[in-house]
Amino acid sequence: MKRAYLAAVLLLVAFILSIGAEPLRAVEPREMLSNPALEARARTLSKELRCMVCQNESIDDSAAPLAHDIRVLVRERLKAGDSDAQVLNFLVARYGEFVLLRPRLSWHTALLWGLPPAICLFGIGVLLIVGRQRGASMTAEQAENLTPAEETRLSELLRKEG
Amino acid sequence: MIAELGHYALMLALGLSLIQSVMPIIGTRNNDVVLMSMAVPTALAQFAFVAMAFLALATCYVTSDFSVLNVYENSNSTMPLLYRFTSVWGNHEGSMMLWVSILTLFGALVAALGTNLPAKLKANALAVQAWIAAAFELFILITSNPFVRIANAPFQGRDLNPVLQDPGLAFHPPMLYLGYVGFSIVFSFAIAALLEGRIDAAWARFTRPWVLGAWMCLTLGIAGGSYWAYYELGWGGFWFWDPVENASLMPWLAGTALLHSAVVMEKRGALKVWTILLAIIAFSLSLIGTFLVRSGVLTSVHAFANDPRRGIFILAILICFIGGALALYAWRAPLLKQGGLFAPISREGALVFNNLFLTSACATVFVGTLYPLALEALTGDKISVGPPFFNLTFGPLFLPLLIAMPFGPLLGWKRGDLLAAAQRLLAATILAALAIAASFALQRNGPVLAPFGVGVAVFIMAGALVDLAERTMFLRIPPAAMLRRAIGLPRSAWGGAFAHFGIGVTLMGIVAVTAWGSERIAALKPGDNIDIAHFRLTFDGTFARPGPNYSDLVGHFTVRRTGGELLGAMEPSRRTFPARNMATTEAALMSRRLNQIYLSLGDPNPDGSVPVRLYFKPQVLMIWLGAVIMFIGGALSLSDRRLRVGAPRPAKVAALRVAAE
Repeated sequence: MKRAYLAAVLLLVAFILSIGAEPLRAVEPREMLSNPALEARARTLSKELRCMVCQNESIDDSAAPLAHDIRVLVRERLKAGDSDAQVLNFLVARYGEFVLLRPRLSWHTALLWGLPPAICLFGIGVLLIVGRQRGASMTAEQAENLTPAEETRLSELLRKEG
Repeated sequence: MIAELGHYALMLALGLSLIQSVMPIIGTRNNDVVLMSMAVPTALAQFAFVAMAFLALATCYVTSDFSVLNVYENSNSTMPLLYRFTSVWGNHEGSMMLWVSILTLFGALVAALGTNLPAKLKANALAVQAWIAAAFELFILITSNPFVRIANAPFQGRDLNPVLQDPGLAFHPPMLYLGYVGFSIVFSFAIAALLEGRIDAAWARFTRPWVLGAWMCLTLGIAGGSYWAYYELGWGGFWFWDPVENASLMPWLAGTALLHSAVVMEKRGALKVWTILLAIIAFSLSLIGTFLVRSGVLTSVHAFANDPRRGIFILAILICFIGGALALYAWRAPLLKQGGLFAPISREGALVFNNLFLTSACATVFVGTLYPLALEALTGDKISVGPPFFNLTFGPLFLPLLIAMPFGPLLGWKRGDLLAAAQRLLAATILAALAIAASFALQRNGPVLAPFGVGVAVFIMAGALVDLAERTMFLRIPPAAMLRRAIGLPRSAWGGAFAHFGIGVTLMGIVAVTAWGSERIAALKPGDNIDIAHFRLTFDGTFARPGPNYSDLVGHFTVRRTGGELLGAMEPSRRTFPARNMATTEAALMSRRLNQIYLSLGDPNPDGSVPVRLYFKPQVLMIWLGAVIMFIGGALSLSDRRLRVGAPRPAKVAALRVAAE
């Protein structure tokens, strides 16, 4: 048993060693900011923004010229000292909510954000109620089981029958 | 002439399906055995005629008969034979033909193989199957006829969309359709049970092979589509939460839930009403998937249709079947008897947990996919729901499922012992903790959550092994006895463990690639080097290479380990198709164990340099390997003799039947 574990651990270590850990690079070298912290923020923001002329692609993935323009724009805003929220607000003001891949919580997206947890909670609620009812009938079922005295009486009766 | 034969065969099939839709049902109402038995020959004949129509269309494609409009628009005589054949379903009309062919094939299989089915259930189920077939045959004949001719046949066809000219396409849509349409059988059985107002554990036994088969094909179809997108679309992503992908993921999630609830129903007679509902939902989601992809509601590679009539027709089919089925369910389900009590902590309880989270996850994908469409239709507001939304909502709903997964098989039926299950999982827990510690120690720049992802994946894989070890009494009894136990173990137990293991493998791949993948983008001139992970690639230059119906601009790269050891060459290319004046990126992939180096070319710059995108994808092959393991698990489970369609009935029942005759 121990040997099996040891082998498994060794395999695991070998697996993890085979993963090369390297930082991700920017989308295009010429777009990159020299400040690595800003560049990292730009990358994170880019994944949240939609390339509006593409089919469901973020500007981080897209090769379209528009995506390039927005990537550059994001970096310009960051260099100008904007916070992440300010950059997003700027882009939403310019292109509309459509540019955000993660819609903001508002009245017209309340259902979108609310339904997934609501469905899960509703399911849990139904299960609890059904479970309580079932639990009650399960104890009832156990109550229907015969007591030892009844068991002996039953077997006596059966013997007589036979 | 061949096209006309196909057209005529399809019309005959429609006629037969109308007979099959009505007669068996009248038979079951009046206990008329003759009418009921009409279902079998009509189902077989219907398949024969649809197959004839499909073969006629395929013949037109293979022989490049450009007098047929559909062939002219989607094929080209210079394409290799394989693509001339696969273009049959590389377009709207042909893919609907494939859909109906598979639908009637399954109907015919039920008719031919279901000799042990109760007569009424079989008659009703085949009739329901014929309703679906009739609806789609009518849809093809009215709005999407692939057999329309052109008066003056053109000399050459317009070619298949280049991104679809790929071996992956030969396999992805048929697999997906086998999955989608496989659920139609389960749906038909569910409706038949509701029509009859009777359902029992045997129902689950009849339908489980179909659920399993559909689930297996869907698993492989989705994985195939994901791999195709990975290497063909040229930016190395494996899942984009694209509506078209979601359309296939939703039936998969519902089907997975169905697979598990059917186990409870078969073994314990519980969850009947819920299983019926899931059967309806699984096929409804397949129909919705077909609607989303085929109606042109979404504009993408998959939406060949831009004709609003088609969208409205499919929408009508959708409303009739889903609305009708749910109404029938609301009316008849209360008549079905509930059965089988169980404590919350039990195998049944675990499977209910599984169903709760799978359906919630499925609902999340559903809401996220359809919400933007609904919002735009109702208010005109345009919003995007993309990967960040799905990662944030789908992830938390799927995580409890993943963590609970190893516990389920270790709990007893009716009343389980969670503590005992946790103790048996001790080994798996220790392995997972070690994996987390080791990845933390080795990780340099990855996200904090990644090691925990590795931990969950290891926990699932080890949990599946623990399940098998427990059942075979691994290391507690002599090897020979253990082997006997292993052989004696029901194949479905092996299948379950395999499928769960596969989930762990896929998860591991996803975590590793997302957290530790690396990317380089650069413009290279011949002689330049580019480094990634522990590899160095040297760009040797480009050359042109002609293909049968395209021309390639190939970049030649030599790959070495950073130490200098030569590993081989990679040749990504830009492929230009003159027939449509389109270009595709043909990425080059080099697999090193389960890791891959991924290289794709851009269009050359005026200064002679070539932009390249280079990725190192650690453990990426595990994503699809996991799906293959899940498929194998399904196949093992399917080979369990208890579940085969033709499994012999218990001797007593057979004897009674003989006596009755």
